[in-house]
Amino acid sequence: MGDRPVVFVTGSRSGLGRALAEHFLRQGYAVEGCSRSPAGWTADGYVHHEADVTDEVAVSRVVLDIARRHDRLDVAINNAGGASMNHALLTPVATLDRLLATHVRGTFLVSRECAKVMQRRKTGRIVNLSSVAVPLRLEGEAAYGTAKAAVEHLTRVLAREFAPFGITCNAVAPAPTDTALLRGVPPKKIETILGRLALHRMGLPEDVVHVVNFLTQPASACITGQIIYLGGP
Amino acid sequence: MPVVPRAELVALLVAATNDVLDTIGGEAHAPLDETSRLFGEGGLLDSMGLVTLVIDVEQRLHKRYALALHLADERAMSRRSSPFRRIDTLADYILTLISEHHG
Repeated sequence: MGDRPVVFVTGSRSGLGRALAEHFLRQGYAVEGCSRSPAGWTADGYVHHEADVTDEVAVSRVVLDIARRHDRLDVAINNAGGASMNHALLTPVATLDRLLATHVRGTFLVSRECAKVMQRRKTGRIVNLSSVAVPLRLEGEAAYGTAKAAVEHLTRVLAREFAPFGITCNAVAPAPTDTALLRGVPPKKIETILGRLALHRMGLPEDVVHVVNFLTQPASACITGQIIYLGGP
Repeated sequence: MPVVPRAELVALLVAATNDVLDTIGGEAHAPLDETSRLFGEGGLLDSMGLVTLVIDVEQRLHKRYALALHLADERAMSRRSSPFRRIDTLADYILTLISEHHG
């Protein structure tokens, strides 16, 4: 078994996922990432897998490959996801299906397969990504908010089911954060969302990194089933 | 298709079950063989023990035969007669999965 702790970050090609991957590299972790397309960046200690988190066979192969090479997995971060802002009356059902698949099916599959590896050492940290869209019940985000609400429920149930194996499961719910995900959202809409938060400012990737880092510390072993909202919804 | 002799598979399941019993503090009253009951009435494992065994067996199958199988698939969980009840029924079920997925 390697001495270096190992983290698996989904959706690590860009945005928050890349920021999280780079953070854990700086912390001395072996970092395994994935996205549907090539990473487009490299770093010592980083291995990229081209895999779709909604594909059960692909997820199994990636996690088994990580286990085979490292014989351990310490942290899994379910960051892969997409967004869609549209009135429900204008939302194609295909959009709902796609968001549910990536957020819910993807988080379920990655968590399940990673927990199988983590349980061998009776320790592990799973961190999921939710959104302030859930508590704010944002209009225009029916599909996205519903998918994230399901991720929160999944987080709480997995926390109970994985507890006997020493694995914690929590979620971070960022405020609107300055990443590519928001590039297509009209500034007026973002201002409206920020106006409903206690902190009227855009989130930064480092805000999320800070909380994920906290939740993955060994000293956070008794924190599980929690959803940490940023910005004060 | 990876060739997995049935006797070898039964030996793998016996070893995995013994390891799981060691881990969870369970005890078999006689040496395990393919007739040993795993789960259900008179079984050696409780539900958490069964979860641990399923994970352990999946990982052994991958390590030894490069097989990526999900033993707890929908069919297994909905069968009236669970393939997890005895070592021999689990071995037969795994051989069926291998032939379907890798045949």
